[in-house]
Amino acid sequence: MKSHPKGKLILEDGSIYDGYSFGYSSSTAGEVVFCTGMAGYPQSLTDPSYTGQILVFTYPLIGNYGVSDSTVDKHNISIDFESNNIHVKSVIVSEYCAEHNHWNSKKSFETWLKENKIPALFGIDTRALTIKIREKGVMLGKIVIDDEESVGFYDPNKDNLVAEVSRNEVLSLGNGKHKIIVVDCGMKNNILRSFLKKDVTLKIVPWNYDFNQEEYDGLFISNGPGDPTHCKETIENIKKAMELKKPLFGICLGHQLLALASGANTYKLKYGHRGQNQPCVRNQKQGYITSQNHGYAVDKNSLPEGWEELFFNANDGTNEGIKHTTLPFFSVQFHPEGSCGPNDTMYLFDEFIEMIEKSKSLNVETNQETNQEMN
Amino acid sequence: MSDTKRINKVLILGSGGLSIGQAGEFDYSGSQAIKALKEEGIETVLVNPNIATIQTSKGFANEVYFLPVTKKFVEKIIAKERPDGILLGFGGQTALNCGMELSSSGVLEKYGVRVLGTPIKTIITSEDKGLFAEALTKINVKTPRSITVYNLDEGIAAAKKIGFPLIIRAGFALGGLGSGFCNNEEELKTLLHQALVYSSQVLVEESLKGWKEVEYEVMRDSYDNCMTVCNMENFDPLGIHTGESIVVAPSQTLTDKEYQKLRELSIKVIKSLGVVGECNVQFALDPDSEDYRVIEVNARLSRSSALASKATGYPLAFIAAKLSLGYSLVDIPNPVTKVTKAFFEPALDYIVVKIPRWDTDKFKKVDKKIGSSMKSVGEVMAIGRKFEEALQKAIRMINPSLNGLTDIRLMFDELDYELKNPTDKRVFAIVKALELGYSVKKLFEMTKIDKWFLYKIKNIVEINNELKKDSIESITPELLKISKQHGFSDKQVAKCILQDEHFDSELKIRELRKKHSVIPVIKQIDTLAGEFPCKTNYLYLTYNGDYDDVRVDDIGMRGIIVLGGGAYSIGSSVEFDWCCVECVKTLRKEKVPSIVINYNPETVSTDYDECDRLYFDELSFERVVDIYEKETPFGVIFSMGGQIPNNLVMPLSKYGVKTLGTAPEIIDKVEDRHKFSMVLDELGVDQPEWKELTDLNEIKSFCSRVGFPILIRPSYVLSGAAMNVVYEEADLDLFLKQATLVSKDHPVVLTKFITHAKEIDVDLVALNGDVKLYAISEHVENAGVHSGDATLVTPPQKLYLETVNKIKRIIKVIVKHLNITGPANFQFLAKDNKIKIIECNLRASRSFPFVSKVYNINFIELATKAIIGNQIPKVDTNAFDLEYVGVKAPQFSFTRLRGADPMLGVEMSSTGEVACLGDNLQEAFLKALLSTGFSIPKETILLSTGDVKKKARLLDSVKQLKKKGYVLYGTGGTTDFYKMHGINVEMLHWPLDNKKPNVLDYIKNKAVDLVINIPKSNEKIELSNDYIIRRGAADFSVPLITNLECTKLFIESICNYGEDDLTVKSWNEYHETLNK
Repeated sequence: MKSHPKGKLILEDGSIYDGYSFGYSSSTAGEVVFCTGMAGYPQSLTDPSYTGQILVFTYPLIGNYGVSDSTVDKHNISIDFESNNIHVKSVIVSEYCAEHNHWNSKKSFETWLKENKIPALFGIDTRALTIKIREKGVMLGKIVIDDEESVGFYDPNKDNLVAEVSRNEVLSLGNGKHKIIVVDCGMKNNILRSFLKKDVTLKIVPWNYDFNQEEYDGLFISNGPGDPTHCKETIENIKKAMELKKPLFGICLGHQLLALASGANTYKLKYGHRGQNQPCVRNQKQGYITSQNHGYAVDKNSLPEGWEELFFNANDGTNEGIKHTTLPFFSVQFHPEGSCGPNDTMYLFDEFIEMIEKSKSLNVETNQETNQEMN
Repeated sequence: MSDTKRINKVLILGSGGLSIGQAGEFDYSGSQAIKALKEEGIETVLVNPNIATIQTSKGFANEVYFLPVTKKFVEKIIAKERPDGILLGFGGQTALNCGMELSSSGVLEKYGVRVLGTPIKTIITSEDKGLFAEALTKINVKTPRSITVYNLDEGIAAAKKIGFPLIIRAGFALGGLGSGFCNNEEELKTLLHQALVYSSQVLVEESLKGWKEVEYEVMRDSYDNCMTVCNMENFDPLGIHTGESIVVAPSQTLTDKEYQKLRELSIKVIKSLGVVGECNVQFALDPDSEDYRVIEVNARLSRSSALASKATGYPLAFIAAKLSLGYSLVDIPNPVTKVTKAFFEPALDYIVVKIPRWDTDKFKKVDKKIGSSMKSVGEVMAIGRKFEEALQKAIRMINPSLNGLTDIRLMFDELDYELKNPTDKRVFAIVKALELGYSVKKLFEMTKIDKWFLYKIKNIVEINNELKKDSIESITPELLKISKQHGFSDKQVAKCILQDEHFDSELKIRELRKKHSVIPVIKQIDTLAGEFPCKTNYLYLTYNGDYDDVRVDDIGMRGIIVLGGGAYSIGSSVEFDWCCVECVKTLRKEKVPSIVINYNPETVSTDYDECDRLYFDELSFERVVDIYEKETPFGVIFSMGGQIPNNLVMPLSKYGVKTLGTAPEIIDKVEDRHKFSMVLDELGVDQPEWKELTDLNEIKSFCSRVGFPILIRPSYVLSGAAMNVVYEEADLDLFLKQATLVSKDHPVVLTKFITHAKEIDVDLVALNGDVKLYAISEHVENAGVHSGDATLVTPPQKLYLETVNKIKRIIKVIVKHLNITGPANFQFLAKDNKIKIIECNLRASRSFPFVSKVYNINFIELATKAIIGNQIPKVDTNAFDLEYVGVKAPQFSFTRLRGADPMLGVEMSSTGEVACLGDNLQEAFLKALLSTGFSIPKETILLSTGDVKKKARLLDSVKQLKKKGYVLYGTGGTTDFYKMHGINVEMLHWPLDNKKPNVLDYIKNKAVDLVINIPKSNEKIELSNDYIIRRGAADFSVPLITNLECTKLFIESICNYGEDDLTVKSWNEYHETLNK
């Protein structure tokens, strides 16, 4: 049996969880959060929304099916990862699987972590740690390998993480009839994959890019990490865009940004929603199982006039989506694109495209009417 | 609710006697459904002849009918009760089949009974393989390439189209009956022939052998909301029935993409089929791509859904019942957390391993290979935070005498053959192969079991090897901890480092562990992986954690531990679960916190809401003490769960555990043959002559002194394992060999076997040596048939008053002498008014629910009160003076146990039981027999009635049959005998004679409606004509009776009663006559 150096997690309240180090051997710090999904660790680790966080998997066996390589599709988008990098600061598991097996596996979970210089701990009582976070709320923590306590605590929420994980250049993908501006705040690849199945042309822009000078049919604001109030420029841009009354769709952080732009407030949840089993309800009776990863939420009581709740969480009643009562603006807190997680709400992409189609046909009618009047 | 008319009264169909493929899981689902309906104020009527179930107990359904779940009886019940709705999805295939018949024959429409939940049309589509494939093809969901055929020629043609290898499946079959794989035309023909017997419609399908098998439990409400409660992955690849496979939950080797793909497909399937409630979708998944096939859908609660329910903590059956009333998943609160809703998908933070419990050792000649049809009689579920931990727990749960996965007691003569042709022992063959140095790659090629699982088993083997290098002085705390984290028991560690696993060595490891603070922690199952606080105390222990979720000090609820019955097996079944549940209910009524330890996912005692704290964990000395030390309870009750907890009394009391009920040393006195014999001698109670011997010459001289026949058995007996009757000296050596094989350490016990004696069961409750109440049941069969296979009658109808009085006196004397408190069971032989005691158990017996329900006096409630020291009244003997009769009959599963000889003997072979009430013996007996799947012969009966004495004893009965107008066929001697006595019997040739007309042809073609085959008393085990006749009856589903006394009673009964003459009365109605 291979022996591992000892490692521990120290929380800001002083509690210590002892385990063993695997992956990259280095101390680190971040915000400790837990995720209850039972599969999909390659997708979770590459989800930019986890930037700055130490991720605890509540499922005790991680790494079972190894990790595939970074093969890309025709749009140069990775097939099995949600971005090009691992974004978590560290990973904490009960057991990691050294002897993995899957037809699509190219390397072990540990090798992948090492390649990406991600330290990790195993042998931790992840359930006890989860309950701690549930009771006390998310906490800052640091991973200390071999008692070399050299790092201090780090609070990622103080930084503008979106600026870290967004893109620098504008990228165009697809060649379809609907032109959509996609604001990348740390977007998951499956949002792109989901859009590219439709008849669209995507113009993917950095988080603070001013798209208001552009011609487009629909505007999409992506997911991303951290506190949404840091993204002041994005919020301003959305505010301006709303005046155009063109279809607008937001996911996760995008949802929070749309809410902030509308005048509503966001707040930090005690321990967030991270998992693939979150039940969301629309129209009181329709339930959907959704994939989620967020620490902040929209305060539904702060929604201004003209806005209403589209989805709520059946577990704790928090807001999961909003829409404008008359204009084609809507957004959801969960991830309709899944990956990892269920695809029950994938239909929202269709609803967005339908909105674009409707809006375009209305515009055509309005233009024709205007033309007639002019004549 | 979405319906137009309010539902006020609902009929629920149960699943009848426990059989292979349909076991305790339906007691769980039915009782949950009743609870859910009661909560809505709906009146419930239940039909289920399984008297030992919890669902047929007081406090559940408003009306219970102990009657066969057949169209004929259910129609009468509907006409009488006039329910508004009917639930078909909670009683297994039996209920579903009965429901389809009620629907197609127009009964439901005639009486305006609405099918609640999944509509009949959906059930038919899901059950009919052809329609099912068509429906799925329509929505672009892949099913295996298959062709439905109705005869042999069509089958052969279909095979040519698809190509070998193929799987053959019978439609409308229970648990894969009549299914199998074939590689060539010859094998195909054999299989087709068999399958066509079970079903007119047979499916010839592409074989996906080696693919992964994965299933999803899906819920859908009438608003089209869907969710999957759980997915499960089979350890064994496709080819082994999911009921025969080791199963893990959640899936372990699937990526998120695969998981979600199959999840989405299962939702697509149930949406298109229109299921309302619960449904199980089974997939084959290509291990080398994301290709898949949907292989089966069960539009009802199933064994898998019971497992999923226990594995996740999600009360599937309860919620399914609510959905069938029109509720939405979004509205129903989650009963586990109470703060969230029923609409969510459980997240697990542990792994669950299920292993089937086979009992093939109980049967002579049975084929032990496992494959596409079910043979297991029960299952266990183990929970851990490592696969290795859960797997090793499960192995010990299956067989409590094993210390873990590395405890291999078998020799594999042909290991490679065993690996490629799986039997119930394959997991041990894998361990053996790893020990011999087989690589994982090689094992994968031989077994097609995913390497992930094989690597994990290899871990266990490697840790075992590491341990073996150590001694108790040299072992490091780290290695000790690692081994415990991987599920090693103290005994297993002791075996490695002390080369001994006896009690003292086990204790040394325990001490060492505690010295190094290597102790397990309590974890909670909360359906949400810790995300929300939960209100239930559904617990397990693990070494993969550092903190207890629950601390008894914090909640301040010291209680009493009740040990459950473990896996269902032949001899230990739902009756002990009933005892545990009733015991816990009584404790709760008495305001004593109750703590249950059990690991059987098919039980009600493992429903977390039945007790205050449920430990879903091992019933071993080690684990019970672990829990005892955490809980510091008032004491432990051992006497409810049958022999498994009973065997723990001595070691636990030696360790200082406070036992409740009869004192441990008394239990030891009774379990030890010598000590008990001395007690009996002292009290002047007679017993058959016996001797415990190890020397062959002594054995022979004992035999010649007392005379044959002689009963041979090992010292400790559970359901007659290795028991045998020897009729002549020539057989002695052979049987001795078998007896020693089972237990080398224990000597052999020889007992004079008394023939033509009546056997009597007495169940009683005592307090401090005073008998408070007792019930006497007589066996229909003469002594020599295991009491678990016997037909019991209470109150006794044919006992002499003098016999009864003698028995009363004896039990009073013994109970007083032993100072018994709690339940006890005695078995007696009576011949010529002489009474001999043959068995005494100081625990609840399998007949406790039967007598409790027949007399409407809860024996367990009183026994529990006695155990916790409460005064209980002496029950007036008038209470036992009934105007009706209760008959309990065994339920056999011989049809499924290919090759097994379907006859009664000293070894128990029934898998379940039923019991019915009737105005007299004949009526109750006939109802009970019909409840086990028997039918009254229409025209023809085959007789093969044993030796001349037996033939003579049946003479009057055979005359009655003739008078009744039956056409009688007989084998050679039988025909001659009855012809000689003026009864016309047509002669058929013996099977081995190969002449026409042949007995076997008549059986195969169902030209006989009943087979009566009375074995000769010293029949040899080898292939004989009689065996072929009996086996033929089992294989071709022709009713069979093999016992002389049963035959006589059956003939008497059918000569006096037709099926339509049998009364349809509810349990309450019988009791009302009692009170008048």
